[in-house]
Amino acid sequence: MDVKDIIKPENLVYERTKNLTDKALSYCPGCGHGVVHRLTMEVLEELQITQDTIGVASVGCSVLAYEFMNIDMTQAPHGRATAAATGIKRCWPDKYVFTYQGDGDLAAIGTAETIHSCNRGENFTVIFINNGIYGMTGGQMAPTTLPGMKSSTTPYGREVELMGNPIKMTELVAQLPGTYYVTRQSVHTPANVRKAKKAIRIAFENQKLNKGLSFVEIVSNCNSGWKMTPVDSNIWMEENMFPFYPLGDIKVNGELVTK
Amino acid sequence: MGELKLMKGNEAVAEAAIRAGVDAYFGYPITPQSEVMEYLAAEQPHKRTGMVLLQAESEIAAINMVYGAASTGKKAMTSSSSPGISLKMEGISYLAGAELPCVVVNVVRGGPGLGTIQPSQADYFQATKGGGHGDYHMLVLAPASVQEMSDFVKLGFDLAFKYRNPVMILSDGVIGQMMEKVELFDPIPRCTEFNEEWMLTGKTADREKRVVTSLDLDSAKMEKHNLDLVAKYKKMQENEVRYEEFQVEDAEYLFVAYGCSARICQKTVKIAREMGHKVGLLRPITLYPYPSKRLNELADRLKGILSVELNSGQMIEDVKLAVNGKTKVEHYGRMGGMIHSPEQVLCAFEEFLLK
Amino acid sequence: MNEEIIIAGFGGQGVLSMGKILAYSGIMRNLEVSWMPSYGPEMRGGTANVTVILSEERISSPIINIFDSAIILNQQSLDKFERKVRPGGLLLYDTNGITRHPERTDIDIYQVEAAAESARIDNLRVFNMIVLGAYLKLKDFLKLEHVIEGLEKSLPPRYHHLIEANADALKIGMNIVKPYSAELAK
Ligand SMILES: Cc1ncc(C[n+]2csc(CCOP(=O)(O)OP(=O)(O)O)c2C)c(N)n1
Ligand code: SF4
Repeated sequence: MDVKDIIKPENLVYERTKNLTDKALSYCPGCGHGVVHRLTMEVLEELQITQDTIGVASVGCSVLAYEFMNIDMTQAPHGRATAAATGIKRCWPDKYVFTYQGDGDLAAIGTAETIHSCNRGENFTVIFINNGIYGMTGGQMAPTTLPGMKSSTTPYGREVELMGNPIKMTELVAQLPGTYYVTRQSVHTPANVRKAKKAIRIAFENQKLNKGLSFVEIVSNCNSGWKMTPVDSNIWMEENMFPFYPLGDIKVNGELVTK
Repeated sequence: MGELKLMKGNEAVAEAAIRAGVDAYFGYPITPQSEVMEYLAAEQPHKRTGMVLLQAESEIAAINMVYGAASTGKKAMTSSSSPGISLKMEGISYLAGAELPCVVVNVVRGGPGLGTIQPSQADYFQATKGGGHGDYHMLVLAPASVQEMSDFVKLGFDLAFKYRNPVMILSDGVIGQMMEKVELFDPIPRCTEFNEEWMLTGKTADREKRVVTSLDLDSAKMEKHNLDLVAKYKKMQENEVRYEEFQVEDAEYLFVAYGCSARICQKTVKIAREMGHKVGLLRPITLYPYPSKRLNELADRLKGILSVELNSGQMIEDVKLAVNGKTKVEHYGRMGGMIHSPEQVLCAFEEFLLK
Repeated sequence: MNEEIIIAGFGGQGVLSMGKILAYSGIMRNLEVSWMPSYGPEMRGGTANVTVILSEERISSPIINIFDSAIILNQQSLDKFERKVRPGGLLLYDTNGITRHPERTDIDIYQVEAAAESARIDNLRVFNMIVLGAYLKLKDFLKLEHVIEGLEKSLPPRYHHLIEANADALKIGMNIVKPYSAELAK
């Protein structure tokens, strides 16, 4: 049997979604961004809403998301993605709208936009990649950087007394009446990938209900910024990020989940 | 001689800030200037001089932190690159309106919008013509070497306090990222006396309250304030114009260029002279106030001027205003993060001025 | 004396630090120096290059298009910079991964098998020092002492124990560099 026999259409078990372009991802090998791109695009295809979806890329490593996502997208200034999404959704209430943002973008420079979009109950989806660092600019401290964690602007570790505390944006927006679904996921194991995909799916389906904003945080690795191998970065993430940013649903159907 | 070091332009800014007795730096990461804050974080300036270092949540926050610190007479500074400087423009307008001193460093990259992270001089208009809203000017210094990145931090604060006005150091990705030898100036201690009458220090029984504001709802008073600002800018024009000349004495043609373009043109002058063309270079060091008088004098005997800038033609407007039609003025420049080579400038010179 | 050099290869090969050590060595000889890197995230795993200028005079443009010497560490860089060496200039390259060798006959071409040699001595980290050693051998304005002084000056004291291994690597480079003729290869 040669390769040609193996790659026959009837043997096909998996196909890349048409919602991703042929362009090679520009992310570092091992980075979580690529997986979340794929999941988001698969969900649009499965829900058959690609033709009705408009995405908003932010500023961060995923600034070029529109090169990889084969859908209509705009690219917002740093931190302003949810404001741009508000503009789109208010003009096109029947469209599916989402933002794709990093922690620097969403939880530092864009805090005001994030909080007010959530609080207004804008009826779109936020995909929030929390890797605890500014990946794009070379590994500076992010608002989510853990206490003691090293970055290029905290070379001796984050000192909370001087640099402030890491912010749990997801818990924070869950308190706001405008959010309808708030969850925290990860994509570092196959099981987690499946859960994360389900969460993204719900977050898009919710837009039909018109009941408020759906917010999906993905705790992810930045092996380059953390200066680790991809495998080590995933272990480090489990041991350090998850205790501080626990996985699971925080608000479902507009109700806070009690644990 | 001071301490000699091999440093990036951005690192030189940071080291100079500590040595110049700066009280506070507020920043937000952006390429190609992130090394400023990274260098400061590694140096731990609070241990060296007590200087405050804070990574803000945005450039808007950072410039407003500067505004607050400056209101109390502290030496406060921030740095960023083009998209971040746009966000700071509102704050800079308030600083200029309230007549507060500060230093803002812009390590320019290509635009508009998110543009590119590669070097550019596309923010000339923004820096020299105001940039934010209202009638104001920053005093703008344009370093062309790592040495000047260091020296201009100190000079910048001297001028900022002398005129109670924001000073911008308008650099670019080349000067920020390249390494050269720097002679570091001796550290000056941070100021401990805040006794000028505009500085907010807390009202004591023996003095009137002080207010820092850019607001005046009484139009007559506001106009008076505008006129005072105009008078201040005139003083800057009389006293603070700085420039450097290379082989201008016998020049028939002149390049006008600042920052990294001036360095490139210096080499072009050399090549052109070897070919027998009498070319010189005038490098404005202050972009506001601009060396207009000198250019006007030179224009009397020049056959032509080439304004060389990494943009679509911004400084050329000031060159044209200065020479007022006395001689031919042309522009040459690359954009989008592309950088002209000395040979390309030579070709432009041959094409625009010799033909 | 004025020497304008491009060093180019992959990110991670130590291109930028080799340039830095070269610049520091120039300072040790009281030369003017400039070091201008390519920068930005697009360099992740991509190409990296740095222009180093050493001169007895004040340096004018740090950005140049024609070089006295090119130190080349991968194929892309060879393709890009071979034609930018001035006639009579120097091209020094590591043959590792090179499928199309230089073709010019109006410049001096030398090879240094630094990747192979660093693997042989089981110290991949001194790869760039072997290359730098080869360059030193070919240029007489800088001596080994200047580079070692440059290393002392540029490395923080906690790394000074590494200087010896680096000095050895420089010497290896000086020994294994060999001329290459595009003419003969044809
Ligand atoms: C106004 C403005 N300031 C700063 C920047 C520089 N910048 C680009 S990406 C980024 C941080 C992105 O970090 P994050 O959102 O955590 O995303 P990641 O790169 O980690 O995926 C910054 C500060 C910019 N582009 N615009
Ligand atoms: S820098 Fe970090 S976040 Fe960016 S692509 Fe690389 S691993 Fe991912």
